Amino acid sequence: MTSQLLKSAARRIIPCLDVRDGQVVKGIQFRDHRVMGDIIELAARYRDEGADELVFYDITASPEGRSVDTDWVRRVSETIDIPFCVAGGIRSVESAGRVLSQGADKISINTPALENPGLINALVKTFGSQCVVIGVDSIADEVGYTVRSHTGTPDAMRSPGRQTLDWLQEVVDRGAGEVVLNCMSSDGTRAGYDIDQLAAARQVLPIPLVASGGAGAIGHFVAVFEQADVDAALAATVFHSGQIPIPGLKKSLADAGIEVRPC
Amino acid sequence: MSIAVVDSGGANIASVLHALRRLGVDPKFTDDPAEIRQADRVILPGVGAAGRAMEVLDEHGLIPVIQSLQQPVLGICLGMQLLFESSEEDDARLLGLIPGRLTRLEEIDGLRVPHMGWNAITNQAPDTLTEPLDGMWFYFVHSFAAPVSEWTLSTSTHGTDFSAIVRKGNFYGAQFHPERSAKAGARLLRGFLETPLQ
Repeated sequence: MTSQLLKSAARRIIPCLDVRDGQVVKGIQFRDHRVMGDIIELAARYRDEGADELVFYDITASPEGRSVDTDWVRRVSETIDIPFCVAGGIRSVESAGRVLSQGADKISINTPALENPGLINALVKTFGSQCVVIGVDSIADEVGYTVRSHTGTPDAMRSPGRQTLDWLQEVVDRGAGEVVLNCMSSDGTRAGYDIDQLAAARQVLPIPLVASGGAGAIGHFVAVFEQADVDAALAATVFHSGQIPIPGLKKSLADAGIEVRPC
Repeated sequence: MSIAVVDSGGANIASVLHALRRLGVDPKFTDDPAEIRQADRVILPGVGAAGRAMEVLDEHGLIPVIQSLQQPVLGICLGMQLLFESSEEDDARLLGLIPGRLTRLEEIDGLRVPHMGWNAITNQAPDTLTEPLDGMWFYFVHSFAAPVSEWTLSTSTHGTDFSAIVRKGNFYGAQFHPERSAKAGARLLRGFLETPLQ
């Protein structure tokens, strides 16, 4: 059962939209990106279906070393009335400020935080911890949980030699407001979230934790909330394809005794 | 109707402006004292730290301007917190329009800080603005909160109850983000715009 016995915010369901050239795309294990639809249309659809929040990840931005084109951020902000986070290509206080001033509610950084951990402190100082999400790509293997950087392109991926749980502790100490933990071994498999790894992360995180990677069935969402006590669950393909409609998912979670915002 | 959204230096104010435009009004985003004084409604948004936000208001000479406003004023999130007397955050002195001191939310028994996500509100005192909102869900992101007091219209819960909506005279405050709270948030903003002049 969940360890959070005291009443607080409801558990969140977060569709993740990988963006390239104004289109939403989704790859399997970070490869072979297929176009899934127009960004504004999909954002509006998820708003109407009862998504609690959206994450937009500009997959072209980070590997090629350029910042996100922020015009689509403004269009999303004009269209939807639920919070959203922008990830990808944000590597400075200035580029974060551009995205936030277009109407994004949070920014998420991953590789730039590993390369320059002080950037977390600088972003927190400038915008407040509530804006600053740290994305962590982590692999479970025989040596435990270790982080990966430059995961946007498979050929560029690196192993910076950090233990995942140590890194999570560090981002908390530096003031981050939330962590999205993407368990890469599960990502794209639709075989379920990495409950063990997320539960281990939960133990070191007093801040909100978002589970990412592996959602393939409604039962996977129930399990990750009940067994890993995460605050939110992120998924892409199962939502984009229509395989798991959000209203039905939320009803199943409520029936299982997990508090969610009604659609 | 003229609506002034006070430019208090925060980066992500655009969502408030977009939400007002979705309601069919054209807000002025301004740090001009005359424009703020003349507006029919004033919205004080804000994210970030309390101490820094007060410094920015002070640099623009806006502290006495806001304190002397007679029209309905709505503080949102940090803007709501600024209406109080003081905060544990930075030990900041605030605008002093509503009695009380903000305290940090407690990280006890698995409660997460910041309190981030959707939570329901419960009305505690009758008011035209909040009457249709009882039990509705709003999006919160904050690490400090105002205690429940005689100025509380509605509460929400993060382990213990805190003030979700407050009012003292013409000054209203919402701890959550109505601009990011779907239809419930739009209802609050519309209600505020329709609040009669005092």
